Amino acid sequence: MNAPHHVAQTRWTEPGSSRIPYWAYTDPDIYQRELQHFFYGPHWCYVGLEAELPAFGDYRLSFVGERQVIVVRQRDGTIAVMENRCAHRGVRFCQQQRGKARSFVCPYHQWTYKLNGDLAGLPFRQGVERDGEKQGGMPADFDMQAHGLVKLRVARYGGLIFASFSDATPSFEDYIGPAVMPWLDRIFKGRELTLLGVNRQRIPGNWKLMMENIKDPYHPGLLHTWFVTFGLWRADQRSRMVMDEHGRHAVMISQRNQGGASSVTEGVTSFKADMALNDPRLLDVVPEPWWNGPSVTMITLFPSLIIQQQVNSLSTRHIVPAGPGAFDFIWTHFGFKDDSEEMTQRRLRQANLFGPAGFVSADDGEVIELSQDGFRQRGADGSTLCELDGRGVAPTEHMVTETLIRGMYGYWRKELGL
Amino acid sequence: MNTALDQAAIDRFNARYAACLDTGDFDAWPDFFLPDATYKIIGRENYDAGLPLCILALEGHGMLRDRIYGIKNTLYHAPYYQRHVIGTALIEPESDGGITAQANYAVFRTRPGGVSEVFNVGRYIDRFTATPDGPKLAVRICVFDSEMILNSLIYPL
Repeated sequence: MNAPHHVAQTRWTEPGSSRIPYWAYTDPDIYQRELQHFFYGPHWCYVGLEAELPAFGDYRLSFVGERQVIVVRQRDGTIAVMENRCAHRGVRFCQQQRGKARSFVCPYHQWTYKLNGDLAGLPFRQGVERDGEKQGGMPADFDMQAHGLVKLRVARYGGLIFASFSDATPSFEDYIGPAVMPWLDRIFKGRELTLLGVNRQRIPGNWKLMMENIKDPYHPGLLHTWFVTFGLWRADQRSRMVMDEHGRHAVMISQRNQGGASSVTEGVTSFKADMALNDPRLLDVVPEPWWNGPSVTMITLFPSLIIQQQVNSLSTRHIVPAGPGAFDFIWTHFGFKDDSEEMTQRRLRQANLFGPAGFVSADDGEVIELSQDGFRQRGADGSTLCELDGRGVAPTEHMVTETLIRGMYGYWRKELGL
Repeated sequence: MNTALDQAAIDRFNARYAACLDTGDFDAWPDFFLPDATYKIIGRENYDAGLPLCILALEGHGMLRDRIYGIKNTLYHAPYYQRHVIGTALIEPESDGGITAQANYAVFRTRPGGVSEVFNVGRYIDRFTATPDGPKLAVRICVFDSEMILNSLIYPL
């Protein structure tokens, strides 16, 4: 009897990065390589906001790839990030999402760690004395310093915390690059953030689909009625697409207009000419001095973070992959320390547009699920088409383009050697 | 009609509320609320920590109607059935004649032709006012334990 003929279909046969094979979204071996190279390799991954850990000993659990980490404020104000995995028997010992600690103790054998992850002590290390005789204990050469928790490198920028398992990760500034850094500075530089809260959703699609979604300026004015109708994002706006020199990070920048009918709404079924809000407070936009023009900047920091400024709503969106076919998407909304009470209320009202129930963002989760369904039903031999505005990769001064998606897959392909 | 805010009235109210949403009669949903009512869906993590962020926070009939318009006309989503199971309310009279109430809920989601899933589990934290038309909600806060939303939440809970 012949065994079914199986050939690994993970060879990238097309030139460039304008056709993305379905296996890039579905293959479990590719997914493992992504985890190793991007999430556990020389990249900075987002783990949280400093505003979540205001005081010494405050900690929260977070993720780098699929690995759970503990993010904890140190006595000197710095932040430590370490893997939530006991050095003894591998127990993921910390179970509180958030808390305040003086030390961390694994419940299984009471191994105790300092807040920086160093092993502080363990029971019966010297054995137990009985009748003048020492029984058991760890070997004489047991090295406490070699058996702490796995510590990650930490980068702090503007109230954001990033971590990396790799010694080869460049400095945060070099990692982000000079093209994207000014757009981070615009939001974060010299400001103190306040935490408004966290929302979580599990999206049954490949994690890269969410990165693509925020590198895709084509869809918002078509899929999202609110964006096209109220002029929050549509093709007749002044826009720029920026990316770093590797094509991995990007910023979609635009300036809102008055909405209403124009050539870009002709035949667009999501455009609702006669739509008006019953309660305009949902979209009570007040420009802030720091905008300096753009009303929206959507930043993708490969591989794990999206930063959103859409009018007065600000959030980080953390991508936590969970196998090739799903990821958790964690939204942390924030404001600034000097916000008035009215501005805080405004940010919270506009939060109704975003997140798992958002007037706008709920669409994205749904469409990503349907994309993954499409890949799955076809199998590995299909590919997505990504050729709006050509097949190359370059920044643009408009939004009628898929260049940022091509940029990311160019980088992805090169880094994975595909 | 007996307009007293008693246990039976609140439980009847919740049964009608569930029937309204489970049959998809969203246009009738604002009638359960006072015109300036507050309706929120908030994760337990935020609620317990005193953080204000909700996944949905609507103030007054206007915003409730904007949500209904979104459900019917603007929110792209794969349609699903909802099935609410609401427990007996725990009620507490207030000095002003209103009452506060809490009731556990479980909402199951079923896509047509699909399997049923436990979609969202939590409790309603309510503030009721008596009106000639029966009890009305001044406040309904849905505090959900299911902190990981199964993709998107379109319809009210």
